[in-house]
Amino acid sequence: MSDVTSNPANEPVVDPAPGDHPPIAYSPRAAAWARRRASFAELARSVRSDRIAFGGLVVLVLFIVMAVAAPLISSRSGLSAVDSVGNSAWARPSWEFPMGTDHLGRSVAAQFVWGARVSLFVGFAATVLTVGIGSFVGIVAGFFGGWADSVMMRLTDWFLVIPFLPLAIVLATVLDRSLWNIVFVIGVTTWPATARLVRAQVLTVKQRLYVDRARALGASRTHIVGRHILPNVAPLILANVTLAVPISILTETTLAFLGLADPNQTSWGKTLEEAFGAGAISRNAWWYYLPAGLGIVAVVLAFTLFGRALEEILDPRLRKRSRGQR
Amino acid sequence: MRARFVVAKVAGSLATLAFVLVVNFFLFRVVNDDPTASMFRGRNMSADQIQQRREQFDLTGSRLEQFIAYVGQTLRGNLGDSFLSNRPVTTEIREAIWPTVALVGTSTVFAMVIGITLGIYAGWRRRSKFDVASTSFSMFTYSVPDFWLGMLLLGLFAVTLGWFPTGGFEDAGSTATGLAALLDQAHHMVLPALTLTLAYIGEYMIVMRSSILDTVGEDYLQLARAKGLRDADVRKRHAVPNALLPVVSLTALNFGFILSGAIAVESIFSWPGLGQATLEAIRGPDFPMLQGLFLLFSASLIVANLAVDLLYGFLDPRVAGR
Amino acid sequence: MSLLELRDLRVTYRSERGDVPAVRGVSLTIERGQTVGLAGESGCGKSTIAGAVLRLLPKGTLVEGSILFDGEDVYEMTPGRLRAVRWSGAAIVFQGALHSLNPVRRVGSQIEEAIMLHSADLGLDRSQARRRVGELLEQVGLRADRARSYPHQMSGGQRQRVLIALALACEPDLLIADEPTTALDVMVQAQVLALLAELQADRGLALLFITHDLSVLNSVCERLMVMYAGRVVEEGPSRELFADPRHPYGRALSQAFPTIGDRASRMHPTGLPGDPPDPAALPSGCAFHPRCDVAIDECSALDVALRDVNAGHRAACVHVEPPNKRVTNKSVTS
Repeated sequence: MSDVTSNPANEPVVDPAPGDHPPIAYSPRAAAWARRRASFAELARSVRSDRIAFGGLVVLVLFIVMAVAAPLISSRSGLSAVDSVGNSAWARPSWEFPMGTDHLGRSVAAQFVWGARVSLFVGFAATVLTVGIGSFVGIVAGFFGGWADSVMMRLTDWFLVIPFLPLAIVLATVLDRSLWNIVFVIGVTTWPATARLVRAQVLTVKQRLYVDRARALGASRTHIVGRHILPNVAPLILANVTLAVPISILTETTLAFLGLADPNQTSWGKTLEEAFGAGAISRNAWWYYLPAGLGIVAVVLAFTLFGRALEEILDPRLRKRSRGQR
Repeated sequence: MRARFVVAKVAGSLATLAFVLVVNFFLFRVVNDDPTASMFRGRNMSADQIQQRREQFDLTGSRLEQFIAYVGQTLRGNLGDSFLSNRPVTTEIREAIWPTVALVGTSTVFAMVIGITLGIYAGWRRRSKFDVASTSFSMFTYSVPDFWLGMLLLGLFAVTLGWFPTGGFEDAGSTATGLAALLDQAHHMVLPALTLTLAYIGEYMIVMRSSILDTVGEDYLQLARAKGLRDADVRKRHAVPNALLPVVSLTALNFGFILSGAIAVESIFSWPGLGQATLEAIRGPDFPMLQGLFLLFSASLIVANLAVDLLYGFLDPRVAGR
Repeated sequence: MSLLELRDLRVTYRSERGDVPAVRGVSLTIERGQTVGLAGESGCGKSTIAGAVLRLLPKGTLVEGSILFDGEDVYEMTPGRLRAVRWSGAAIVFQGALHSLNPVRRVGSQIEEAIMLHSADLGLDRSQARRRVGELLEQVGLRADRARSYPHQMSGGQRQRVLIALALACEPDLLIADEPTTALDVMVQAQVLALLAELQADRGLALLFITHDLSVLNSVCERLMVMYAGRVVEEGPSRELFADPRHPYGRALSQAFPTIGDRASRMHPTGLPGDPPDPAALPSGCAFHPRCDVAIDECSALDVALRDVNAGHRAACVHVEPPNKRVTNKSVTS
């Protein structure tokens, strides 16, 4: 995206700005910022024009808003078995209970709204951890090379070989069942994929000539990493984030279903676990297990579509393919 | 394929296996310093009996001694005895392995064949109606939690329509043998296999399609066409062999997940495989069982990785240094 | 009847950003045994012409005008007839041989495939085809046992020879060489050029040689055409075009390759300012005028057709007057 060539003389540089305004003389720093702003503007334009990406984004925002506004939409007491004693259990959807009630008479809609909070939160938090660890490992391994690289890559390969779900299960069993522990477990077991991707990108950037030139000009390592490597790796990491979130959400769902989630929190996965355990299937109480699953599908699909479109926009190689050859 | 290539890969796998053994041992010791304690809960046992039990499970001596004993036993094929059933872990695993292999193996094969075929045609005719339809379908199934799909299928086909049983490997109390037994098992396997197949198809389709798209722009396809090849032959003889390479590695890796991949789905369908065994072991907690299962899962992944590397070396002449 | 005839060929690529006119009215003829060179910078449309002749352009591309191969309209042929003509009537030697060859198949099998596709015409069975592959490889200066190599095991020059052998496999009447020596270093380039010239002479092949390197064309081709922005801007016998180029672009191209030993070329490296025009956004009037050093006011409004300079030599420049008129730099009205 942006490549700032060091200009020690700090002379004004004519910047052939993208778009149709005439070239203006900037200082190198201002030129770089102008380029960044233009890139972001182009990105936003691309997203708006790609209807699928935009649709995905809209769906995501809706769900996030719903999750954040949960206390306003649905009272917490809807989740409490004690408070629900007066309701009829296994009730079909009605005006009072838009998604019906479960085996304890609790509102399924309340579980849906509050469950969204936990599922989304864990999805995001775990992804931050995954991408954080993965990017760090990838950048260190790719940039420093040598034995640091070998060590990091061996570590990554070993982590990849240990079957992910059993490891996650074992860790979740070992640690107390809490929200943060689930986040930890998911983050710690899914970082290798990100590390590999980031490292490959760092290697690609490292071999580009302008990095060598920067070194020849006497740029320090931090300068190179901060100014050259990071800006070129950041788009990849961003796209990776949007694709890692759905994986984290699906993993949380599975772990919750297997009974490893925080017993005090409702999540969509937990709802499914309780539904199954209470025999919702044999009772054909579809309203109990359908909404949570649909919610997951909607969020995961939205993230994936948005993430893919973002990837296509940010990676010029992919973009060429969609515009037709030559 | 160069011998050096093969030897290097095999050596790497053995090293990884060794690492797994170490992790396996220490992970569970970290988890629970004295695994037998869970057996003693609520029971009155004399110090002698406790010591006896400990010896029985090789829990005496220092950590290092225990580790050496563990490695020695494992290499001899002794994975200890299950805490819950007192039977050897190897026996428990042996009984649970076939249902899992049958279920996940069948589903993987179907998903592969269907997914790859869909991917080839979708990628070859990009943006066509077929492409849009199959890509949408794949993205959808890829986003669905596999066990939830199982719940839906159960609710519809087993409970509402009654076409299939609601769970288990075969009819309870069945004394059928031979073909009749196999048919009964197959009947029980339809819904779980359908669930897993649908869950796995998406990935194969998307990867294959993407791979074909990468190939479509290549110059050697243009040359093939210039020679006078029909479009279908260009696809079959030049595009697909190149596009299959990345898919091969994905596929072979997924075979490694066969044993550990269906835990949640097995739970939904009460399928008596390794998944169920894992869940029961977790609930115990039955540490020898967990240790043995973990080792098995890891080993199968390592073997699958090795197979991928060797297969790739065989298929792509640029890799093995020929 | 000419072997290849392009009549007012126009090719427009369709992309999401709009239509891109890559070729804007090109006419040329090639007789049997003739060698014609087509020169120009990247993006001028010359590779498009190569693809157009055998109908290899991407689906949806708009092709107007006509391409006649041995009297038959290529774009009216049935798919079956097209596939038969491909490679046995005309064959292409592509550039960038590492990507033109299928990386997972041995080179011999790729040549064999071409032969077997046209086995009916050639009357060869599989074992004869295999022998022929060996013969072809030897004719291009490679050992016959190289047939068992994979593309990545060969050097750039060797791969280019393989592509030449491949192109000759079905004994075509016309060979189209699309930048066959770009990406090769100079020594190898010379060898490949010599090889092409030799094969062409031996077999009486017609040759259409496409490149951006004018110096290469001089030794290989009888006639030369210079393309710019999708049009032919100068054409004629190659010696004359080199000695006396009349179009400013043709002049710049031939000057870009200084003559060793010629004092005038020393210390005066010449290059053209600016970049080739974006085919989707061509300048008005004469497409070359923004970069032209002798452009006059008319040039931004007037698009000039090819004008005769003398017999067989034409150039599309407003300054070209027939030999009996004086050439001035002032505008016509003065």
